[in-house]
Amino acid sequence: MYTQALDTHGKEPLPAATGESGAQAQRFQARVDAEDKIEPKDWMPDAYRQTLIRQISQHAHSEIVGMLPEGNWITRAPSLRRKAVLIAKVQDEGGHGMYLYSAAETLGISRAQMFEQLLSGTAKYSSIFNYPTLTWADLGAIGWLVDGAAIMNQIPICRCSYGPYARAMVRICKEESFHQRQGFEIMLTLAQGSGAQRAMAQDALNRWWWPSIMMFGPSDADSKHTAQSMRWKIKRFSNDELRQKFVDITVPQAQFLGLAIPDRELRWDPGTQHYLIGPIDWNEFHAVLKGNGPCNRERLEARRAADEAGRWVREAAAAHARKQSTRTPQAP
Amino acid sequence: MSEDWPLYEVFIRSRSGLEHKHVGSLHAADARMAIEHARDVYTRRQEGVSIWVMRSADIIASDPEEADSLFEPARDKVYRHPTFYAIPEEVKNL
Repeated sequence: MYTQALDTHGKEPLPAATGESGAQAQRFQARVDAEDKIEPKDWMPDAYRQTLIRQISQHAHSEIVGMLPEGNWITRAPSLRRKAVLIAKVQDEGGHGMYLYSAAETLGISRAQMFEQLLSGTAKYSSIFNYPTLTWADLGAIGWLVDGAAIMNQIPICRCSYGPYARAMVRICKEESFHQRQGFEIMLTLAQGSGAQRAMAQDALNRWWWPSIMMFGPSDADSKHTAQSMRWKIKRFSNDELRQKFVDITVPQAQFLGLAIPDRELRWDPGTQHYLIGPIDWNEFHAVLKGNGPCNRERLEARRAADEAGRWVREAAAAHARKQSTRTPQAP
Repeated sequence: MSEDWPLYEVFIRSRSGLEHKHVGSLHAADARMAIEHARDVYTRRQEGVSIWVMRSADIIASDPEEADSLFEPARDKVYRHPTFYAIPEEVKNL
């Protein structure tokens, strides 16, 4: 997991910094147009660098914060098998955060700066993690819908013009597909279970459907950075295109589960060969992004507590390393 | 985190008989911790049988600006490849 169209939440890209020559910018764009990959030491426009730093670091934060709603269920997983799977998934999310932080660092921001931005609340992360996981079925819905939406967003980033981000994304997408399948399996088991279990699955779908739909970010009309990101080949499809793809593949999966998508206006449109959804509540989306979702404060407090509780370990490790490095090497 | 631990580059040998290949980087307080973190971050699915780590600061890389002068001279030397030479069909084992 878990990128969403976070490119829309930052400041406008800076105008070309002084000293950037038009010729350099043209050469850069020609390389991007030719599908050449840009690597850390290559010249790049400052706005490209800043856009990537923002997008990759927000993506990394999303992975790290994304460990919280699921980690919450590790001790309560219904069987040893489910527990082992959940631990593996949460550990993967941590790993994905590490790949992404490393990719962002190649652009000149430090890990410490990124952590500082997350913990101080100035950095954004995916809005989806500010919703609570109330029942075991939520873990199924997250894997199926949230990871499904994330995969839809992330597969095109495997072809991103920035090499380190693209490579991180290839690795992440490879690991991600188990996340979605284990989630669907949880939903399927519940959907085929008792009446109470089916109700639990339906309730989870009811609560996670719209937040998952919103993961694709604002509609194209309101997405101010899309055109530039597309020119730079950071982004390959618009928010609405990806959202439509997700709806088209997910509706039949819900039908297979025998669960109802909580949208009375949802219908198949034979003309366009697409499922059309009802209006999205963007007020909710913006409220959650601004910090007023159900769990925003709880998530950041959990991250700050973890940072604080681990401080002595980091300091001890650093002190140990310093001591070891000053010791005279012993004769063989 | 007040200071970053040093950055290490990670190289993994995926199977015995193959070379170590660069897979990414990570922060660690020392070399031992770098190996342990690399195990957790880069080999969760049996991706490796051996790990190398080295301080990123110790890598010396070529300058992208010099790519042409470094690599262009090889471009017109197609005679270094076996396909450059036309050999009659009937000649075997060549």
